Amino acid sequence: MGQTIVEKILTSHTDKKNFRIGEIINVRVDFAFANDVTAPLAIKDFKNSGAKDVFDKKKIGLIPDHFSPNKDIKSAEQCKILREFSHEYNIENYFELGKMGIEHALLPEQGLVLPGDIVIGADSHTPTSGALGAFATGVGSTDLGAIMTLGEMWLKVPETIKFIYSGKLNKWVSGKDLILYTIGKIGVDGANYKVMEFTGEAIKNLSIDSRFAMCNMAIEAGGKTGIIEPDEITLDYLKERAKRPYQIYKSDPDAFYEKVIEFDVNEIEPQVAFPHLPENAKPISQVGDIKIDQSVIGSCTNGRIEDLRVAADILKGKQVHSRVRLIIIPATQNIYSQAIKEGLIDIFISAGAAVSTPTCGPCLGGHMGILAEGEKAIATTNRNFVGRMGHPKSEVYLSNPAVAAASAIMGKIANPEEVI
Amino acid sequence: MIIKGKIWKFKDNIDTDVIIPARHLNTSDPKELALHCMEDYDPEFVKKMERGDIVVAGNNFGCGSSREHAPIALKEAGISCIIAKSFARIFFRNAINIGLPIFESSEIFNESDQGDVLEIKTDSGRINNITNGKTYKINPLPDFIQKVIAHGGLKEYVKEEVRRRNSHV
Repeated sequence: MGQTIVEKILTSHTDKKNFRIGEIINVRVDFAFANDVTAPLAIKDFKNSGAKDVFDKKKIGLIPDHFSPNKDIKSAEQCKILREFSHEYNIENYFELGKMGIEHALLPEQGLVLPGDIVIGADSHTPTSGALGAFATGVGSTDLGAIMTLGEMWLKVPETIKFIYSGKLNKWVSGKDLILYTIGKIGVDGANYKVMEFTGEAIKNLSIDSRFAMCNMAIEAGGKTGIIEPDEITLDYLKERAKRPYQIYKSDPDAFYEKVIEFDVNEIEPQVAFPHLPENAKPISQVGDIKIDQSVIGSCTNGRIEDLRVAADILKGKQVHSRVRLIIIPATQNIYSQAIKEGLIDIFISAGAAVSTPTCGPCLGGHMGILAEGEKAIATTNRNFVGRMGHPKSEVYLSNPAVAAASAIMGKIANPEEVI
Repeated sequence: MIIKGKIWKFKDNIDTDVIIPARHLNTSDPKELALHCMEDYDPEFVKKMERGDIVVAGNNFGCGSSREHAPIALKEAGISCIIAKSFARIFFRNAINIGLPIFESSEIFNESDQGDVLEIKTDSGRINNITNGKTYKINPLPDFIQKVIAHGGLKEYVKEEVRRRNSHV
């Protein structure tokens, strides 16, 4: 029997021959990273391990993106641990504020994570890099500390669910809508421990930024990772970015899948996930009248240039509703700079939006846009759990950037068609 | 090891933002994290629970963020063991890595009530609900994971591996 793309990547990174699904294997890691929340504990573990050096200075990324620019004294202390460790051990890929971007947007952009890699991040949204055909998955700090020390980790060989998306996307529908729709169908544990392999005609035509958004949210269905086979769009993105050679793997036609699920995207409208789970997805036409206090466009899910362009298309010449705060956060400095060149930032500021330097910020209720009791936000982020963006009695609705921008103008959750 | 404690029951999909809200992630001090454990679910939880108590939950316990602060907060608050119908995979890894005993069982969730007293023999996999008299046998963990636990968690396993590699240089 043939192998899936993930099984081929795992085979090339382990000494174990002929492993089976469910078996625990040791794999070599190509790139490992952590942020200001997860790295301090991993660094402590590394220092206590007795190792003289990290496994590879080139293959470790440290990115203070969650509470940076430092929001308070405690987070300043956390970020300081990353900075001092990076200087002491000459970690090549430490990204200081000013170069820093949200890790899952930054690492692909910098060409540090590549097709065929095993990428392990101490952050649950690590599967984002699966959009390039890498096996990318999230772990906690102790695992990351072990990888920084040994360069390898244990994992259970996962089953794969194949998702086939046929048809052509409707207007205002993006990768974010496909993944919210999918999570709505299979539930927040619908792919627990499993790989979500995204295929089909609609994926072949999907932009790289939309692919990142899809793989990013595989974890919201419990997925070990999301992955898309590299194609022309992938290679085009990697051109002039890739920092080292890479290997392209594709699934065999006779590979084993635990399940195959097919969707016709012609039937998919922009989606809105209601509080307090990402699986509570509804098509925009069935949302009803929901007034909002805040709209957030950004995060590792939707802070890329395509997202900002869509938002600017809708906000151009319009004004943000007088009772709404619109916060726009480009995910990296390069994206920010590109948005300035294209005149997008000017459109946002003219419309009455606040534009911020890259940070995870409000997505996890860290800083830069916390909700008060009873407030509602629409956000292009990835989670709408209780208290996720602030007060335990606030609410977050998840959507794509077009819906978030239209809602900011209308003061309520709105279909982009209503404002264009 | 024998664990004995009373049950706190939780529903499906308890996420790590509820276990330890992100507003407290500007520290990794276990004692401080423990003070805020489950506070958005029940602000009084830490005051009401006692050391040694056991969490029994529905499906997908620990979903969401990879923050190891979540199992650390539970362990430091005094939770001795978590039994759930199923766990989110990163939480499962994290709990094992920090040496917090964790087991999957639908039966125990379905047949136990809040406040029941459980006795868990981790070596034999025998669990006894002392309050209602029901007994259970749980599936053993995979060999490799047992090896990690036998080392006292992943940190100790790594230390031994470093010693082994250093002695080969």
